[in-house]
Amino acid sequence: MTDGLQVTLEFGGGAELLFGNIKKHEVTLPVDDTPWTIRSLLTWMKDNLLKERPELFIQGDTVRPGILVLVNDADWELLGELDYKIESKDTILFISTLHGG
Amino acid sequence: MDKISNLEKQIAYLQEVLRCKEEELRALQANEQHASFCSPDKLSKDDVERFSRQIIIPAIGCKGQMALKTSSILIVGVGGLGCPAAQYLAGSGVGHIGLVDYDEVECSNLHRQLLHTEDSIGVPKVTSASIALKKLNSSLRISEYHTQLNSSNALNIVQKYDIVIDATDNVATRYLLNDACVLSGKPLVSGSALRLEGQLTVYNYNKGPCYRCIFPKPPPPETVTNCGDGGVLGAVPGVVGVLEALEAIKIVLGCSGILSGQLLLFSAESSAFRNVRLRTRNASCDVCGENPKISHLIDYEQFCGAKATDKDSSICLLREEQRINAPALFDSFVSKCEGLLIDVRSPEEFEMCAVPRSLNIPLKNIDEPDSVSQIITALQDKQAEQNPFPVYVVCRRGNDSQKAVLMLEKVLKDQNVAVRDLTGGLHAWARKVDSDFPIY
Repeated sequence: MTDGLQVTLEFGGGAELLFGNIKKHEVTLPVDDTPWTIRSLLTWMKDNLLKERPELFIQGDTVRPGILVLVNDADWELLGELDYKIESKDTILFISTLHGG
Repeated sequence: MDKISNLEKQIAYLQEVLRCKEEELRALQANEQHASFCSPDKLSKDDVERFSRQIIIPAIGCKGQMALKTSSILIVGVGGLGCPAAQYLAGSGVGHIGLVDYDEVECSNLHRQLLHTEDSIGVPKVTSASIALKKLNSSLRISEYHTQLNSSNALNIVQKYDIVIDATDNVATRYLLNDACVLSGKPLVSGSALRLEGQLTVYNYNKGPCYRCIFPKPPPPETVTNCGDGGVLGAVPGVVGVLEALEAIKIVLGCSGILSGQLLLFSAESSAFRNVRLRTRNASCDVCGENPKISHLIDYEQFCGAKATDKDSSICLLREEQRINAPALFDSFVSKCEGLLIDVRSPEEFEMCAVPRSLNIPLKNIDEPDSVSQIITALQDKQAEQNPFPVYVVCRRGNDSQKAVLMLEKVLKDQNVAVRDLTGGLHAWARKVDSDFPIY
């Protein structure tokens, strides 16, 4: 009954701290004339989901260095990065790399 | 007389024969022992008795155990990851382990760096770990490097080993180690941990990607959290360190299923491992690509804009009159009950230890309307007393408190207040004013 694209957004490695410290968000992206891509998703996230300090997540039109984007557990680089066309039920994981030991 | 001298001569001759025979025997025994311990194609009685439980696994066998015995593995960082990695490698029968760490053992290491003990506080980590590992396996050869790995020594050290384990705690050393491994053709097993999460992968193995293929640009320094600031549950690097040892052992054994081109994510919170697929090797990678730009090691601290340690350095954002030292703060806030003291650390840190009567407002919330009204309410109760009213800000080391002063000066500009921060933070407080206050 919901119009729009249902996707799961997940965060890890500390990236969740910028999103209200919640690691998993089930979201519905509103219907749009153009297909949703990671590029448009990032803008949507910045406007709707990001709680603080956007520069720690986004730089320019992409994620900042040190954040890996994984679509259904595969590196987004294998799928076209920003231009990947999001499909219904996709799980998109944003993981901040850790450096401690 | 003749009889006596004759006998003496015979005895001397026999003694000489005896000496020669004894020497021959010793040499043969030594050879045999050497052969049984060090033979490149045979396991000794001790080896069999010690390692039988893993030798009888078909994937290992005598051949695999021999491969371990003749292998050499370098562990960079003998902390939360390096300790468990070293322990399991030593246990498995790896012949030669190299340990690199510039640091000495501190009390705050002991919750997760379990090769070190209370007795070894102040001792170089490589020495402390080496003693513990030799107790576990006396025939293990250990090379200790009590030094900071850097662009001038890294290749020389890395080249001596078959496999390298990255058990470091900072971005600059991770890039350095990656480039050193690519330039010398060594696989790099890389692990990291923070809070309740761990990450593990293998770089530069069997035409797989290197660290730079995945992360061509270093993260902005302000986005990097170390264990001292973010915290880490000891068992988490324990899990990742043991997995690093396991990947290194699998590489020695020539197993398939090496974690190359994949990243293993471990979450202690959800008790889950997640294995994600990484990109392939980047043909235009700066160091492992077809036309590499990096042919020798560079300045990694400059490249990353951050120090090659996990120690925090001091910043200086304020003028001298915007700061107060620990004895003067004690005199004003404690002895004379003047002013308001705001502690900008996290609630968890504040709960651990705090100056009595101080108010906890974490730095990240300091300029939020709720926080500002909380401060103004606190001021209204007392403000008539002094003009301008002193507002003191403290944090752990005196860095965040400076940022807080700048933010508070803006949001409290309509109040008649003088905002100052404690130079050197609660570390200075503990050293100069209250020796019962913990330094963490």
